[in-house]
Amino acid sequence: MRSRWVLFAPLAIMALLFGAFIYRLSVPPRTLIESQWIDKPMPLFDLPPATEGVAGLKSSDLADGKPRLVNVFASWCIPCRAEAPQLEALHAAGVPIDGIAIRDRPDDVAAFLRENGNPFDRIGSDVQSSVQIALGSSGVPETFLVDGKGIIREQIQGVILQDDVPRIIAKLEAMK
Amino acid sequence: MIAELGLALLWMAAALACLSLVAGVLFVRGGKSELAALVRPASIAQGVLTAASFGLLIALFARSDMSVELVARNSHSLKPMLFKIAGAWGNHEGSMLLWLTILGLSGALVALFEKRLREDTLIATLAAQAALSLGFFAFLLFSSNPFNRLPIAPPDGQGLNPLLQDPGLAFHPPTLYVGYVGLSVAFSFAVGALVTREVGPAFARAMRPWVLGSWIFLTLGITAGSYWAYYELGWGGWWFWDPVENVSLVPWLAGAALLHSVAVTATRNALRAWTVMLAVIGFSMSMVGTFIVRSGLLTSVHSFAVDPERGTFLLVLMAIYIGGALTLFALRAGTVAEGKTFALLSREGALVINNLLLTTILALVLLGTLYPIVAEAMGEKISVGPPYYNKVAGPLALILCLVMVAGPLLRWRRDDGRTLWSRLPLALFAGAAVLFALVLFGGSVGVLPLLGMTVAAIVAVASLAPLWKRNLRRTPLPVWGMVLAHFGVAVALAGMAAESAFIKERLVAAAPGETVTVADFSVRFQGVEPVAGPNYTAVKATLIAATPDGDRFVLHPAARTFPGLMGGAPTETNEAALLTRPGGQLYAVIGQPVTGADGAQRYQLRLWWKPLVWWIWLGGALIAIGAAMAMLGRAQLLAIWRARQARKREERFA
Repeated sequence: MRSRWVLFAPLAIMALLFGAFIYRLSVPPRTLIESQWIDKPMPLFDLPPATEGVAGLKSSDLADGKPRLVNVFASWCIPCRAEAPQLEALHAAGVPIDGIAIRDRPDDVAAFLRENGNPFDRIGSDVQSSVQIALGSSGVPETFLVDGKGIIREQIQGVILQDDVPRIIAKLEAMK
Repeated sequence: MIAELGLALLWMAAALACLSLVAGVLFVRGGKSELAALVRPASIAQGVLTAASFGLLIALFARSDMSVELVARNSHSLKPMLFKIAGAWGNHEGSMLLWLTILGLSGALVALFEKRLREDTLIATLAAQAALSLGFFAFLLFSSNPFNRLPIAPPDGQGLNPLLQDPGLAFHPPTLYVGYVGLSVAFSFAVGALVTREVGPAFARAMRPWVLGSWIFLTLGITAGSYWAYYELGWGGWWFWDPVENVSLVPWLAGAALLHSVAVTATRNALRAWTVMLAVIGFSMSMVGTFIVRSGLLTSVHSFAVDPERGTFLLVLMAIYIGGALTLFALRAGTVAEGKTFALLSREGALVINNLLLTTILALVLLGTLYPIVAEAMGEKISVGPPYYNKVAGPLALILCLVMVAGPLLRWRRDDGRTLWSRLPLALFAGAAVLFALVLFGGSVGVLPLLGMTVAAIVAVASLAPLWKRNLRRTPLPVWGMVLAHFGVAVALAGMAAESAFIKERLVAAAPGETVTVADFSVRFQGVEPVAGPNYTAVKATLIAATPDGDRFVLHPAARTFPGLMGGAPTETNEAALLTRPGGQLYAVIGQPVTGADGAQRYQLRLWWKPLVWWIWLGGALIAIGAAMAMLGRAQLLAIWRARQARKREERFA
């Protein structure tokens, strides 16, 4: 009679297969890959001012006890213009924001700030993209949430959207 | 009106499928014979109505009727006519209607022409086919209606994915579908035979042409798809072990195993339960494949029609069909006598090894395709790529080829091996000669390609061995078919091995006027010119390839840009230029322009020399032609026609 049970083997294999299918249909695949920078300290850097009237940025500035945003941007970057209103809103809500201008000229940065407002406390000029490369950031804009000790807690690639603003404020608030 | 008529025809066809199913079940459970008389005409009418409905959908696409949602989403009035028509099945809803059309027409053909099978088995088969149709009718009518109208017709359509705007689309999906869905008939035959317990040579002979026919189309479809990907994607590869390629390969493997095991059942009345199970598995794998493509279960280059909700619907349908058939198999197969016995060294013995190897490869490919899901369930994220498949499937396929050498040279039931030993030495000598030549002059070649070319030489010679000492004019057509198909395997194998062993690649940034050498060719980059196509713009390059003999050939690789329609983003495609030579193919792709430090405009130019690469598709075509010859021989059309002529003559004299 043992051979009878062998005949159920295809059915059993099918059941396993369908189990995998049901699992996948109910648990959608995770396509998000988390940033490798999370919970790592900011790399060491010391950048000169990007334009007149705004201070430069060095990594020790980021460890002053206040959680903040570090925004990697450029005056030649169109999405950065789209992002400016959201940075303004964050600034208005009392979030400290520092900037790193990538491969930029002082006049262009000044013009950018004139047109789009200036939410930045400090802007470092990264003419050689060296800090950008050290951060492994793939383009502009990109934003890092840094806690008061200079440790990166979140990396946002691309433009900050309006829907992101309340979440960012809450997250920085929680770090205090 | 056309869309409404098409939808009405679909509902009518669904009602007829319902009728076939109910009448068939009642008859098989002991109902009156009048019920059986309903099933055949209902099956035929269902097939005709579904085909008419599909014809109406094509008409809607040809007329660019943008008030129909499907046309508006997948077509554009400026598209060339061929792509308008092909667009009818270049999307989810249309392709499901094509699926149903083939399902219905196959049922109609069985109802029209199958005369050898016992009546109750035939009715049970048609009822099973109707049950399959009914489920897919429900799927189409309730969740993917192709004839849906838009409240307001847009001025024009959104166009078809530019990668699909290629003559390949007119050919590749319908061919594969005929193969996929043709296997449904084998599935239904198996269910019918299990229901009436008539599993024997008659059932195997009835099923055989369907298995062969579907397998021919699968072979052609996969071969055409491989060539299409080869020149359209511009990556220069012919097989990527992409999940969707794998799920098209799995029914092909099941079909290959089935057509060999059905031969054993038809001629020797052995391996009955195994043949029935393979018949169930073949179409089950077709459904699993469709499900994987349509549900977005796996990430793939083919996922252009993804919808998880439809996935759930398909999963339920599949659970009913596959689960039902396998339960029936588990309950009934025990009562199917195992049939005649045979010695290990016999044709049956070789075919059993063939079947075991083919099903093992099938299982390994399926495992590799689905393993990422299993791994993620365990909390790990991985992807399975070519190294796995080449490592596990490659050696098994080579062993399979060696079994293929022996099988045709063995007699049914029992063999003393004399024929095999007398004809084998020449084949082995050919293999040894190739191996020595490669080791001595081939340079560094990987183990698998080396063995591949050696086995290809053995198989090429041995596949012709069944013809030795035989009167060629009296050799039956199926034997010719087998010889040609097995020879085709050798040709394809040689192409695959040579391409991977001796491929040459150059990637350069070339300015107009420069000359690049790849393999024996020196290729001069003349320059680029802009071209405007019917619905795209392109940059067309002119390359002049010169051989050492001084022959010159012109190649025109192009990079096409399709404008984004209705606010979509523009899409770029590569048109590779191919130069086919007796020894292989030169493959050229032009990429993005780059401005160098000196300010000169340069273009990314990618050149491949692929030795014997076209043998792969030639081999595929030979396999399909061989199978077609076997099918024509088996169908005995000639014999039937002669018998009919003889009968007519007798009637005339009577």
